[in-house]
Amino acid sequence: MAKRVAIVGTGQTFHKSHRPDVNGQELINEAVQRALADANLTMKDIDAILIGNMDHFEGINYVDCWSVDGSGGVMKPVIKITTGGTTGASLAIGGYHMVGSGMFEKVLIIGWEKNSESDTTGAITTAFDPIWDRQVFAGAISGLAAEAQAYMARFGASERDGARVSVRDRKHAMNNPHAQLRKEVSLEDVLASPMLADPIHLLDVCPRSDGACAVIMASEDSAEKICPVPDWIWGTSAHNTYSYLGDGDWGRLTSMEQCAKEIFKKAGIKEPRKELDVIEMYQPYSFAGLIWIEDMGIIGHGEAPKYVWDGNTDMGGELPVNPSGGVIACNPIGATGLIRCAEAAMQVMGKAEGRQVPDVKFAVSTGFGGCMWTNMLLHGKRKPN
Amino acid sequence: MAEKEQLIIESGDAAQPFKYAVGMHGSKFFTETRDNMRLMGLKCPKCGKVYVPPRGVCGKCFVEMDDWVEVGPKGVIGTFTILRFAFIDPETGQQKPVPYGYGFIKLDGADTLLQHYIDIKDESKVKIGARVEPVYAKERKGNTRDIEYFRIID
Repeated sequence: MAKRVAIVGTGQTFHKSHRPDVNGQELINEAVQRALADANLTMKDIDAILIGNMDHFEGINYVDCWSVDGSGGVMKPVIKITTGGTTGASLAIGGYHMVGSGMFEKVLIIGWEKNSESDTTGAITTAFDPIWDRQVFAGAISGLAAEAQAYMARFGASERDGARVSVRDRKHAMNNPHAQLRKEVSLEDVLASPMLADPIHLLDVCPRSDGACAVIMASEDSAEKICPVPDWIWGTSAHNTYSYLGDGDWGRLTSMEQCAKEIFKKAGIKEPRKELDVIEMYQPYSFAGLIWIEDMGIIGHGEAPKYVWDGNTDMGGELPVNPSGGVIACNPIGATGLIRCAEAAMQVMGKAEGRQVPDVKFAVSTGFGGCMWTNMLLHGKRKPN
Repeated sequence: MAEKEQLIIESGDAAQPFKYAVGMHGSKFFTETRDNMRLMGLKCPKCGKVYVPPRGVCGKCFVEMDDWVEVGPKGVIGTFTILRFAFIDPETGQQKPVPYGYGFIKLDGADTLLQHYIDIKDESKVKIGARVEPVYAKERKGNTRDIEYFRIID
């Protein structure tokens, strides 16, 4: 029997560029312990575990089994999900379906990465087709730079517009003790930072991080007993748009548009700009903070720079984006999408402390990765009908 | 507090070579490029979209494609970047020589973009919409390197 599903607890590590003080299992366990404490549950209460990372970063291909000392999955069903950059968000969507199926009452969802253990760009490149994609591809930054070039050419946006987004997210990160990079920067700092791949400067783009995140989902049968204000999942969506990198409609993220249309229709949201209270977006570089809110339907094509410059997406603005500081401040890749989900849940549950947006009724979290893939979850304070 | 010693195990210089089969559509494309310096795409019989790289099924119409058409060799830059940061190329294990032009080329007659190097000797000419043509390798082996790069002809 299908059940309504809610998030009842979340936990994160304090994400850093290098965590040589712990191995992978120990890193995972930090997040698990915090999520269990947050929900006031023990491992005995957990019926199944979903875990994921991008396995070519660590070169450990049997993470579901290998991680048991950290995840606590002894004698429990453990499933690995690994979908590249979207891994964390795919885990959340998987957890939603497991609990929603009625077969697992409480599911522990874990996303993690130790990006310090290998070469990130080299490893990302191996996620792409060896025959057609790899010769010129240079990891995430190269594809994102091509997207930004196309957007600038189509809609007349500037490097300064992109930098404004980076300034925002880095400022927001000051409120988040879990963020790796907590240093405010100016527009001039961003534009003067080294050019990595035109038009992306160093300070436009995410770092690579070591970190883990855990989220506990429960069905409507127990969610409100575990947690006074659970975060109800109103809907999930996943779309991707190409076989090879050159197939994409560069300058637009069509998968974001498809997810938004699907999920807002499901929930009866007609004016997302007015009806949403906060967005935690998997936004790995600044220009995505322009392009992708247009594709999400928050504002029209070409209108994002003005909307962002006017402060609408800042804390205190009409629709704050990335109160946590987002991916630009912290990116343990297999955890990143799940961190967005956890942060959105914390906003709904009223647990976001220094980065809390007041009175959140609806929040959106997203995941992004290769195949120009978007995952999306709609989180709400009210129990869905 | 005393500094803790952190023990790390390194893989060192160990190599793990891979051998990838290019598949039936890749074989046709690379054989034509190598032997005849012709670039080939596959056309969807339903929507008419021409795919480069070629693949067996039009994802939009979900029908099989077997209508090979010649595309290019000239085209335009669909989008691009200039890579300036150093990174390890997993294809070679060595640092990739930077900077280089990374182009998404819309070959004449094709509807998708082919990724390749673009010449960046004059960066001011590297723009979306610029006309380009391939520079073929003298010794062609049946892979993407049979085209050395695309040069701007505007």
